[in-house]
Amino acid sequence: MPKIEIDEKTCKSCGLCIEACPKKCIAFSKEVNKLGLPWAEFVKPQDCIGCGFCYQMCPDVCIEVYK
Amino acid sequence: MKKIFSRPESLTNAPFSYCPGCGHGIAHRLVAESIDELGIRERTIGVAPVGCAVFAYNYFNLDMTEAPHGRPPAAATGIKRTNPDKIVFAYQGDGDIAAIGMSEIVHAANRGENITVIFINNANYGMTGGQMAPTTLLGQVTQTTPFGRDPKREGYPIKVCELLSSLEAPVYLERVAIYDPKQVLNAKRAIKKAFANQVENKGFSLVEIISNCPVDWGMTVMDSIKWVKDVFIKTFPLGIIKDKTR
Ligand SMILES: Cc1ncc(C[n+]2csc(CCOP(=O)(O)OP(=O)(O)O)c2C)c(N)n1
Ligand code: SF4
Ligand code: SF4
Repeated sequence: MPKIEIDEKTCKSCGLCIEACPKKCIAFSKEVNKLGLPWAEFVKPQDCIGCGFCYQMCPDVCIEVYK
Repeated sequence: MKKIFSRPESLTNAPFSYCPGCGHGIAHRLVAESIDELGIRERTIGVAPVGCAVFAYNYFNLDMTEAPHGRPPAAATGIKRTNPDKIVFAYQGDGDIAAIGMSEIVHAANRGENITVIFINNANYGMTGGQMAPTTLLGQVTQTTPFGRDPKREGYPIKVCELLSSLEAPVYLERVAIYDPKQVLNAKRAIKKAFANQVENKGFSLVEIISNCPVDWGMTVMDSIKWVKDVFIKTFPLGIIKDKTR
């Protein structure tokens, strides 16, 4: 099953990956990181198709995609 | 399971200083991926601008330097002419390229320097807090056009690609955007081509990336993306402006 890993420490909470994911696998965390921001969390791993759209849109290169 | 997308080797591990959602980060990654894929990392030299990308030398895992405001094409010319076997690129904002540096870009393009220019058009001066740039749209509110840009007072938006296309020498000029994954992949194709042209000694290539500057535009990230799509690219149409390599 494809999966992504998001670096919660460097995520700036812009939301571009959340918007880009066609399967709505990503959502903001309830907690905040050291930047004081909710980070993007991989919440629906079962739905991920490994398209990499989240990776393409992340301006901070926080996402790795496995397939 | 294989890692199919991850940080390109041509980027360092330094976190970017850009605002959340800023297009500079995507542009950096696309440049780095293109350099990795062309196998030219060990022989590429980049020239950072003055502007938000002033620290680009910390972010690219390449030999880098930084030029005074607007001068990257002149610095890149010198580097390339003295090191013709190196791949040299200038990375510039719209204030850098189209205001203070207009002369440098026009003459580098006119001489047909065999360099690659990556031009981030975000319709304002980002680093200094959102003043009008030559690329600011008509009616656009900035710190220095509080009632919107009025062509009678501030002139019209300058289209750098179209302007350079009137010159004989440039071989490749394309305008791209990065507002969704499809556009990002298309931008990657253009950037990679602009570097490949130099590897093949074809001459001067420039890719203009229509980008977003959410904080200085006073917008949320999502609204800034929408504004690029609905408004910005109406003034700056996307596509190949000139391609003499075909
Ligand atoms: C000679 C000189 N004049 C003015 C400045 C002030 N200054 C710093 S960044 C900047 C504008 C940068 O805008 P742009 O090129 O659009 O890049 P952005 O920050 O939007 O990426 C200006 C005018 C300077 N650093 N040097
Ligand atoms: S695109 Fe990147 S920085 Fe933005 S919310 Fe997603 S992981 Fe965080
Ligand atoms: S001010 Fe604008 S161009 Fe500069 S980092 Fe922030 S969003 Fe990017």
